[in-house]
Amino acid sequence: MLEIVLRVIRRDLLLAMRRRSDVLTVLLFFVIVVSLFPLGVGPEPALLRTIAPGVIWVAALLASMLALSRVFSQDHADGTLEQMLLSATPLSIIVAAKVLAHWLITGLPLVLLAPVLALQFDLPQEFFGELMLSLLLGTPALSLIGAIGAALTLGLRGGGALLALLVLPLYIPVLIVGAGALDAAAAGLGAGAHLSLLGAFLVVAAAFAPWVVAVSLRIAFE
Amino acid sequence: MSSRINWFKYASPQTFYPLARTLAGGFGLLAAVFCVVGLYIAFFVAPTDQQQGEAYRIIFIHVPAAWMSMFIYLVMAFWAGIGLAFNTRLSGMMASALAPTGALFTFIALWTGSLWGKPTWGTWWVWDARLTSELILLFLYFGFLALQAAIDDPRRADRAGAVLALVGVVNIPIIYFSVKWWNTLHQGASVSLTGAPTMAATMFAGMIIMAFAFWFYSIASAMMRVRCIILERERNSDWVAEHLGSRA
Repeated sequence: MLEIVLRVIRRDLLLAMRRRSDVLTVLLFFVIVVSLFPLGVGPEPALLRTIAPGVIWVAALLASMLALSRVFSQDHADGTLEQMLLSATPLSIIVAAKVLAHWLITGLPLVLLAPVLALQFDLPQEFFGELMLSLLLGTPALSLIGAIGAALTLGLRGGGALLALLVLPLYIPVLIVGAGALDAAAAGLGAGAHLSLLGAFLVVAAAFAPWVVAVSLRIAFE
Repeated sequence: MSSRINWFKYASPQTFYPLARTLAGGFGLLAAVFCVVGLYIAFFVAPTDQQQGEAYRIIFIHVPAAWMSMFIYLVMAFWAGIGLAFNTRLSGMMASALAPTGALFTFIALWTGSLWGKPTWGTWWVWDARLTSELILLFLYFGFLALQAAIDDPRRADRAGAVLALVGVVNIPIIYFSVKWWNTLHQGASVSLTGAPTMAATMFAGMIIMAFAFWFYSIASAMMRVRCIILERERNSDWVAEHLGSRA
């Protein structure tokens, strides 16, 4: 079973490497959205410092949502997904592997890029650890929750906007806690409680989301 | 075995259709009566609040609407779960019939809450835990409605909507307990099942009567809507043709 997981991850990573522009588009979207805020609200350093966690988190959330439709759509188009549904391996295992691969492609780069953007917002460097840790715990949860929406809207017309409507309300708790972690750290309270909550979200999402996604995929293929 | 009650008699759309008509009429009438009585108590009997003056009277709409917004989501998720587990046709129809009423009450709760917030808190809106989670509830209703509207095949629409409703049900306890968990601007509950209510008896009576009025209205409107859904989905069956033919 582990072998299948590794193979699915390897395959998805390979496909992504062959089409690097898709991955880069998401990253560039993240960078551009974050860069829009100083232009919109004005380059006041004190203001930028306060809004930095929220802006980075919202941009990460939008970027990860933008990439969601790609989790299943290509495999759906070329029939691979149907083969996965027929496979003897439990579908939720394959789904978990696919979501993990998707996070490695679209989530992890956001985590690594966040400190650079935080510099633009004059965020004190002692909070970079909390920023990256919160994103490291939060973005996989976003990918897992988002995969449910991607599976539910598979092959529907108006997929993109509909996906946003379904997924964004479910993202809100992660956003509140994730951005709150930095605010708590900046207030000197320590981000421990928020990071623990994010970890809890991640564990719950990792336990249930692959199964829900598998159910949704079967519904889509009925 | 003939004496056994057939529990599943009304699980079929065909037998449920006439029952829904009776239920819609009966509960609609009850809703009207309770609403008149409740509003009479709200405006003429209940005393003026010592702190908030007359502004508090919006509680008779606000609190029952907020209760119903959460309760309808739970009922909707219940039917969605039943439909998903047992593959019953009517359950999915019930879930889709309930969703618009639920969204309506969520909107009313937010709207009246903001009208109430202005005179008492001095602001239309605050990003407090309960308001935010109620807003998320409204988005969840919209997501459910949008997903069902986007899928043409009613069977897939029911089942996909059911999954979404069940995923979103996590939000309900968060809304309900938010005022306990986070100490924010929204006041705590004045009514609980265990303790005596912290308000005058007539106020409490008015609120409960209004809650019943809203509840009966929800049942009546859901039944009206489910009748339309049944006719629409079963339009190719003989009994619908007969039913519509006998009316024409």
